[in-house]
Amino acid sequence: MGRYVARRLLQMIPVFLGTTLLIFLMVYALPGDPVRAMWGDKAADPAQLAAIKHQLGLDQPLWKQYWDYISNLAHFDFGMTMSGRKVTDVMSEALPVTVRLSLMAFGIEVVLGILLGVLSGLRRNKLMDKLVLVITLLVISVPIFVLAYVFQAVFADGLGWVKPTVQDSMDLGQLMLPAIVLGSLSLAYVARLSRTSIVENLRADYIRTAVAKGLPRRRIIVRHLLRNSLIPVVTFLGTDLGTLMGGAIVTEGIFNVQGVGNALYRAINGKEGATVVGFVTVLVVVYLLSSLIVDLLYAVLDPRIRYA
Amino acid sequence: MRGATSAKWVAGAAIIALGATACGGGDGKGSDAKAAVDANGVYSYQSSEPQHPLQPANAMEVGGGRIVKNLFRGLTDYDPATGKLRNQMAEKIETTDSQHYKITIKSGWTFHDGTPVTAASFVDSWNWSANTKNNQVNSNWFSDIAGYTDVHPEKGKGDPTTDKMSGLKAIDDKTIQIDLTAPVSYFPYKLGYTAFSPLPKAFFTDPKKFGEAPVGNGPYQFVSWEHNKAVTLKAYAGYKGEDKPKNGGIVFKNYTQAEAAYKELTSDTLDVLDQVDPTDLPKYKADLGNRAVDQPQGGITSIAFAMYDAAWKAPEKAKVRQGLSMAIDRDTITKTVLQGSRQPADGWVAPGVAGYKQGTCGEACTFNPAKAKELIAAGGGVPNNKVTILYNADGGHKEWVDAVCNSIRQATGIECSGDPKPDFKTARDLIDGHKVPSMMRSAWQQDYPLNANFLRDIYGTGASANDSLYSSPEFDKFSKDADKATNVEQTTALYQQAEAVLAKDMPSIPLWYYKTNAGWSNNVQSVKYDSFGDPVFTQVEVKKK
Repeated sequence: MGRYVARRLLQMIPVFLGTTLLIFLMVYALPGDPVRAMWGDKAADPAQLAAIKHQLGLDQPLWKQYWDYISNLAHFDFGMTMSGRKVTDVMSEALPVTVRLSLMAFGIEVVLGILLGVLSGLRRNKLMDKLVLVITLLVISVPIFVLAYVFQAVFADGLGWVKPTVQDSMDLGQLMLPAIVLGSLSLAYVARLSRTSIVENLRADYIRTAVAKGLPRRRIIVRHLLRNSLIPVVTFLGTDLGTLMGGAIVTEGIFNVQGVGNALYRAINGKEGATVVGFVTVLVVVYLLSSLIVDLLYAVLDPRIRYA
Repeated sequence: MRGATSAKWVAGAAIIALGATACGGGDGKGSDAKAAVDANGVYSYQSSEPQHPLQPANAMEVGGGRIVKNLFRGLTDYDPATGKLRNQMAEKIETTDSQHYKITIKSGWTFHDGTPVTAASFVDSWNWSANTKNNQVNSNWFSDIAGYTDVHPEKGKGDPTTDKMSGLKAIDDKTIQIDLTAPVSYFPYKLGYTAFSPLPKAFFTDPKKFGEAPVGNGPYQFVSWEHNKAVTLKAYAGYKGEDKPKNGGIVFKNYTQAEAAYKELTSDTLDVLDQVDPTDLPKYKADLGNRAVDQPQGGITSIAFAMYDAAWKAPEKAKVRQGLSMAIDRDTITKTVLQGSRQPADGWVAPGVAGYKQGTCGEACTFNPAKAKELIAAGGGVPNNKVTILYNADGGHKEWVDAVCNSIRQATGIECSGDPKPDFKTARDLIDGHKVPSMMRSAWQQDYPLNANFLRDIYGTGASANDSLYSSPEFDKFSKDADKATNVEQTTALYQQAEAVLAKDMPSIPLWYYKTNAGWSNNVQSVKYDSFGDPVFTQVEVKKK
């Protein structure tokens, strides 16, 4: 087990290097000159343009820029944004917001999603099941920004329960509405996935055996049925956590939440290589770690899966 | 540059959302009664994260520009109601030849840290800002001053040789002597630009740190800057200018989406709007009632021709360019596609600017398909029988470019199409590299409300913003004479003659002037907007709760 984890952690290094290089190349390949864009429609002064480029290191060849970046990264220096701020500062402002937002969304989708899945899976083809299927289908088919605007219109403009946008991005109460919007799509997936899985496993031999043994219903569902049915759901949730952390650009924009989504959006727009790569690097680590946790959870759920 | 975010796809969503709720209209119509005012009240304003540290010569985009505008006061500024030049820190500005200026500054002014503002505060500030080494975006604003090339050599000419411009001296605490390389009769107008603000001694010890928490001499002093969230300013009690704040302070709130700001305004969470987003334009007047504003702004959109292309340069092609201009139905396009957010242009200078003259473009800017065809034929037709309009697709320009092309096609039968580039940076690369096939979108927002700014800086030979490489000896002569003039009236009159040359040559087609479409919440009153499209920050009154 320990050796397995160590091996997985070591595998992260090449993945990490590869992704940073890829992102670096992609940002570099974006058309246009970000420094020229500082002048907007006005004319740029060539001498000043060259001086600012030099200061930002953008006049160096690409390999040199990447090398400088990686060697600075070795001692946790993520470089500077174009406005002369430390990228780590920008990240430390945006990441806590997104962690809060995504954990809330994640919590909502895990609890509600599995609950709905179990309810409809056990009452297959009954009214409850039909209802869950229709509602989840609706949520999946509606684009997220439509959902966001509808929620905004109903709960803020209509009922006046909340402000239409988030005033303080660190306030959990205010983040509730965007978190519900953000989690709703995955919630629908989780509910459908767990329902299907439960319906399949209900006919399995070991369930029949458990019923024949006269085990109490609750024990059958929790210990036997759920443990086996949750494997596909956990797989989905693991990748989904990474996606949520990647910043919800649309949702954050609509509710004016100052998290990773908005920060990345701005950075990509401004072709801010260092900022984009910095954020993506952190996200890659989140992805890698969450997929490791998912793999380890398999072993907990199904003892037959063992890592030597 | 104000980037209008194009979010057409949101429009559909908004309609669905509106359908889901009973949409309330405006209220308080017709009640112009003034409420009691809280002199210490703070109001919020729609803004964006400044792209640079808050240093006077580093504020180019609106996000930082507006904040710097409130933190600092230079020698002159412009009366927000009339756009006329007025003295702020300058007691008097004397010159006999428009080239050598002697400026006396008022006494008693202090920076927010209590240190007095002296002539040296200006001289040191400008010398520092002009220096290439200090990487200020607006460093070339000082290029009129003698000795500028010593602190700011041209590209490839090495490093600055000194850190002081020879044409700039503080004679004593109250007097500044400025020598320019050539006469610039409207130099006092330029002095109103934020780059010419004074700086306290504290700035020079650590300019970068200062940029995070600036100390100015303006009506507001700095309180805090929460990056990507808000910048907060409060009224400065020791302010000596004539425009003392009638409120306690301003919070510049950040929005990545203008729709979110509008939503907050209608729910009275945000107090003053910068610009209504395109989605809400059709209904904002109904929503806000008499809290909506719709007035001209000192900016213009035009289509410039690639005059460096031999096919367009030929003298007889002026007729073709005039013809193309006549083929554009400005009235209809501004009303329909642009939803009334623009005003048809009748010249190259925006209204409300000193020296604006109505109808300079005259017949050429009036929709007339028959005459358009005639003129284009007389000029030997359009090169390659096809025109394209290059623009950036990320700025919401597609709709009007297509409309202009349709108008040209229907009126004249000439093939016209938009030539979108993915983003502003890419379009700019082609424009700066002079690789535009026939026409390009060109936009200009005033730096100062004087017609020279709309003419010399764009159409003068070798002018930095002259993207079409247009060159006319006649135009240059008028502008040279205007620069030598000894008073503003003479300057603007001569520039009007230069503008008349443009009407003859048509190096660009004026399309429409910018407008300020904005509004305010129920928490504030007496909100007026100036010709820059900014609210008059100091005059906003916050109502007592």
